[in-house]
Amino acid sequence: MTSLRRAALVGNPNAGKSALFNALTGARQKIANYPGVTVERKAGRLLLATGEEIELIDLPGSYSFDATSPDEEVTRALVHGDFDGEAAPDVMVVVLDAANLEQHLVFAQEVIELGRPTIVALNMVDLAQRDGLTLDPDALSQALGVPVVPTVAVRRKGLAELTAAIASAEAAAEADHSAHPRPHLTLPERRLAARNIAKATILSQSTTRRLHAGLDRILLHPWLGPPILFALLFVIFQAVFAWATPFADGLEALAGLLAELVNNTVPAGIFRDFLTEGVIAGVGGVVVFLPQIVILFAFILVMEATGYMARAAFIMDRLMASVGLSGRSFIPLLSSFACAIPGIMATRSIADPKDRLTTILIAPLMTCSARLPVYGVVIAAVIPNTKVWGAIGLQGLVLFCLYVAGIVGAMVVALVLRRSVTAGRASGFIMELPRYQMPRLRDLAIGLWQRAWVFLRRAGTIIFAATVVLWVLLTFPQAEPGESQLDVSIAGKVATAMHVAFEPIGFNREMTLALVPAMAAREVAVASLATTYAVDSEDEAQTEQALREQISARWTLPTALAFLAWFVFAPQCLSTIAVARRETNGWKWPTFMLAYLFVLAYVFAGITFWCATALGL
Amino acid sequence: MGLRSGSAPNMKLEALERGKRATIISVDWDAIAPEEGKRLRALGLDEGARIAIAHRGVFGGRDPIAVMVGRMTIAIRRVHAAAMVVEPA
Repeated sequence: MTSLRRAALVGNPNAGKSALFNALTGARQKIANYPGVTVERKAGRLLLATGEEIELIDLPGSYSFDATSPDEEVTRALVHGDFDGEAAPDVMVVVLDAANLEQHLVFAQEVIELGRPTIVALNMVDLAQRDGLTLDPDALSQALGVPVVPTVAVRRKGLAELTAAIASAEAAAEADHSAHPRPHLTLPERRLAARNIAKATILSQSTTRRLHAGLDRILLHPWLGPPILFALLFVIFQAVFAWATPFADGLEALAGLLAELVNNTVPAGIFRDFLTEGVIAGVGGVVVFLPQIVILFAFILVMEATGYMARAAFIMDRLMASVGLSGRSFIPLLSSFACAIPGIMATRSIADPKDRLTTILIAPLMTCSARLPVYGVVIAAVIPNTKVWGAIGLQGLVLFCLYVAGIVGAMVVALVLRRSVTAGRASGFIMELPRYQMPRLRDLAIGLWQRAWVFLRRAGTIIFAATVVLWVLLTFPQAEPGESQLDVSIAGKVATAMHVAFEPIGFNREMTLALVPAMAAREVAVASLATTYAVDSEDEAQTEQALREQISARWTLPTALAFLAWFVFAPQCLSTIAVARRETNGWKWPTFMLAYLFVLAYVFAGITFWCATALGL
Repeated sequence: MGLRSGSAPNMKLEALERGKRATIISVDWDAIAPEEGKRLRALGLDEGARIAIAHRGVFGGRDPIAVMVGRMTIAIRRVHAAAMVVEPA
């Protein structure tokens, strides 16, 4: 059993570890979770000059082995070989930000103290130069007693040298398995040493005006910063709706062509119905939202890669503090706009447990991308595509309002929770604001691809399965001529029974029916409506266009608005509940989350329906 | 200690003017949650650190505060800054 030898990238957050990891492993990477915890385990294959491959793991950024967050704990345990099922890495690669040596050398010394074969990657030397620093890597190497390789991950500089250094350290590790720990220093000692080593390494230092200080003067300006952030968020949501349209139309046309192809080649009968009404209408109805999801993630990834996300957290801290949270919760919550699952996982960087639990509980209130298909179809069907105040699209505005409703709901819920079930002392806010950086297209592309793939895989598995089951329930037993298929089907009977509870808040039977599979994944609500109307109507394949027409014709405005309000608060999908269970170690909090969301959804859908009806909409 | 006149008197970091350089001379760690204290120390906000306030608050508020430590900018809350005594340079 020759298991792969392994090297690990360690370093402070914002040292450019992930960019270096991407540059070294390219597309040959695998993202999974560490067993038992949900910290992402990023591993890839590193090809050595000899043609051999070793596994390279990218450990969560840490300031110290004295862990203060679950993320840091994973790094500590893994490096020390305390992690179940994972041997300690053979070679340590410490990634340093060349422009921030004094800080980053503190943790670097702690890693080197372990006495394992260690290499230092002096990363982002180009940015250090831009900041007016001239460095001497040899002096650094001498002071630390380990090889130092200058790198610029984003420009692929120094990669071959780093790989070669890893290879020789790896060979040395194979020859001599024992670690040679060095004397252990205390934190103040290490900090003093870091200052001295940094001094010895920095040959010259000019006080060039730094780009980021100038940017921060604007972006963190007490009066300009917040409006800039809100404007950016508004642009994001407009873009999600406007830019995605041509791509979505293309995908929809493709689904139409596919349905036609099936119609022309497969003989008429139950199997053809299954393909067109079940698979193509259902799965296709969800896949057309891929462009919107990709655009939303693109914005989030750019905000993260440029360093602006931390500024957003700074600006939001005051607001979050007013409901008992901190700016740190802003990042998980913003990720939750794409999907609550990575959002809930990102709460691991929140040190305070009560704070973290509150953030997990409100994360599902952020409108995730899976709800976009639902909003998209219903808004397009019932809200006229007109402009208000000259330039702003009414549809985009309604979408924005739905997002805001979720945010306001989350804030109110957080406020209530922090005074009741998650009461505790006010949490603090301590966070590094990294330097601004130009994001690299390649890293963005890798990130986007990973997100898009997760969505497509869901479409191919959960959504596909839910659609097939629903189609079967809708199709059997078959209706006699003159009867409505929906009335006689099993699904129709279930919906009729459930409808009693949902009629008061304005839901029709198809909507009630859509709520059941929406628990598997929210976007299935659209697939469900598409399948339901496809089975119920004469048309063979239903495109999104046709679904929109069906909704326009069959739903009143109050009904449609109530449906939208429902989905602002709707109990989230099963995967979110599963992640919440894992993250909170039990069923207590996921059950609580499910219950409160259900009540909120019901109440608010009802209020929306009654108000809209009273207003005569 | 630190009473020699000539430079400005010692003050809480919270009261330090934006842009002024200073050195942290003492921190009341008991006023800060243990975990947060650990984090502040790991980030280098400790006795002896040379700092300056880069930004403070939004919409006229006093919270949070962005502190420069060396070449790093760190966001903290006013409660943390209130526990730190600095000597302006």
